[in-house]
Amino acid sequence: MEAKKHSERKSSFKNTSDIELKRVYTQSDVGGDDCDIGLPGAYPFTRGVQPTMYRGRFWTMRQYAGMASAEESNARYRYLLEQGQTGLSVAFDLPTQIGYDSDHFLAQGEVGKVGVAIDSLLDMEVLFSGIPLDKVSTSMTINAPAAVLLAMYIAVAMKQGVPPTKLNGTIQNDILKEYAARGTYIFPPRQSMRLITDIFAYCAEHVPEWNTISISGYHIREAGASAVQEVAFTLSDGMAYVQAALEAGLAVDDFAPRLSFFFNSHVDFFEEVAKFRAARRLWAKIMRERFGTQNPRSQMLRFHTQTGGSTLTAQQPDNNIIRVTLQALAAVLGGTQSLHTNSRDEALALPTEESVRIALRTQQIIAYESGVADVVDPLAGSYYVESLTNEIEKAALEQIARIDALGGAVKAIEQGYMQREIQDSAYTWQQQVESKERIVVGVNQFQVRESAPRGLERVDEAVGERQRAKLALLKGNRDNARVQAALSELERCASTAENVMPAVLEAVLAYATLGEVCDVFRRVFGEYRPEETLA
Amino acid sequence: MSGGKRIRVLVAKPGLDGHDRGAKIVARALRDAGMEVVYTGLRQTPEQITEAALQEDVDVVALSCLSGAHNHLFPRVVDLLRQQGGSDILVLGGGVIPDEDIPGLKLKGVSEVFLPGATTQSIVEYIRTHVPIT
Repeated sequence: MEAKKHSERKSSFKNTSDIELKRVYTQSDVGGDDCDIGLPGAYPFTRGVQPTMYRGRFWTMRQYAGMASAEESNARYRYLLEQGQTGLSVAFDLPTQIGYDSDHFLAQGEVGKVGVAIDSLLDMEVLFSGIPLDKVSTSMTINAPAAVLLAMYIAVAMKQGVPPTKLNGTIQNDILKEYAARGTYIFPPRQSMRLITDIFAYCAEHVPEWNTISISGYHIREAGASAVQEVAFTLSDGMAYVQAALEAGLAVDDFAPRLSFFFNSHVDFFEEVAKFRAARRLWAKIMRERFGTQNPRSQMLRFHTQTGGSTLTAQQPDNNIIRVTLQALAAVLGGTQSLHTNSRDEALALPTEESVRIALRTQQIIAYESGVADVVDPLAGSYYVESLTNEIEKAALEQIARIDALGGAVKAIEQGYMQREIQDSAYTWQQQVESKERIVVGVNQFQVRESAPRGLERVDEAVGERQRAKLALLKGNRDNARVQAALSELERCASTAENVMPAVLEAVLAYATLGEVCDVFRRVFGEYRPEETLA
Repeated sequence: MSGGKRIRVLVAKPGLDGHDRGAKIVARALRDAGMEVVYTGLRQTPEQITEAALQEDVDVVALSCLSGAHNHLFPRVVDLLRQQGGSDILVLGGGVIPDEDIPGLKLKGVSEVFLPGATTQSIVEYIRTHVPIT
């Protein structure tokens, strides 16, 4: 009788990381002595990287946006800034991300589709027209050709009269997760790592406030990884970048303060909050214990968060507003430095202006109305949250040790280890959804008959045509001798150990196209060809 | 042909899109359902996909695209297959594809389009129903 009265609805409760959850947590779960959570702003930063956190200022509200041409994207950025957004985040189309101009045959059908098409400095000038680059911070989701887009951004700033020392922002520049999960690689790993460390060195000297990399778990999670895998693979990638920079002769405290991170926020609320706290503590320990950093800024894991695109459903899309709210709240309670909230219609198309506004308003309501930003790390001391933080840290450390044993992140990716682990998790998740072990509201339960959604955003197919025409015009009008000289100089630098950044900057200032610059790198570095394996 | 012939499927990622979670899940589910599956990997041109489909002698080509380039890429694969003697191969599409694009894709020879939320079981069943096993 007693047992029946207290029966539970499942025989076992587990989160995405396969951590078994107890019915109730007590003091005994957080330990007496090792319950060292410290204070915000102090090592190991479990509770946040600053002492005041959102009492100082809110996180940066930064919506990832970009579509079609530079003109249209510029209009969307101005709209978002008018609506109270505090930072920009540029989405580039796939040809740009893979270093092809809009007139390349592989760009057919892709120009302007998932982001803005940028072929040369000309497009970049339009993209930021009327936006003073000393007043906003800009994040650019660009990886393999990050050096080129960063150079274009610096060039636009120069033309606005803004010196590089005044620039704030981030380039994603994280190639390892491209091989593991996202797919927009161009060059082989070793050569890609060299481009990345060239950027670290250049920025340390010339663009000191710039975040030179955003080491990303986001896409690893979207591809199917669990929360623990997201932390472990991301921090392993981070260690590989630190190692590469040390091998390139840089001093750790010269570049490590500019490393930044990018995490996902999925819908298991406490797992996500604990994940952010665990990641922060782990990175601090790694940087101090493994790499011997002295500067506390080198030990601070600062991160951007985006809510989980893969958790959005095409069914009953307005429900996504609620998912995003929970995920955004977890990110804020986890101490994020900036946040993108997804729009309700993203499982169907690029978001409409109205959907983006609701997504931004979600952040503003959390910030201005909910009160959660008024106290730093308010969930600290919760038996469950502290215990889960410890468990995620422990499980992630075990994963990191496995990657270490394979020779580090680069080797693990080359051997397909991370890819297989991610694939396994993705497949397990799908099976759980199909067997209804996991309920996704509106997808495998609580379905309704729905009519086709209306009013979705569409990219004008003519944008490719217009980009091609602009390119032809540009190539007729620019100083082609200067372009050729710049590209030759770039080829020389790329072939030696010389930092490529000054030559890339000169090439973009001469209006060499993105494709022309990347073709030089393709000639010198070769291209990455993965071996495909199904787990 | 013997009665025990297994259905052969090429799962392919046309274009520049890097989202392969769905393609890999579908590939694995079809394999678990007893089919022989070849996965192309990312960034395949319609020409490469057609060549692989003919070389591997597949019954089905399953195309996945989440970048919005489906209207350009899917019909091109169908056309090339028809031109090169593969007109009996069933072509399926999946990804983030607006409803309004589906009639056009079907008119151009894509047999069925599977959208976000589709179960792997529904894809397995569709293939079993539409591929004649002799």
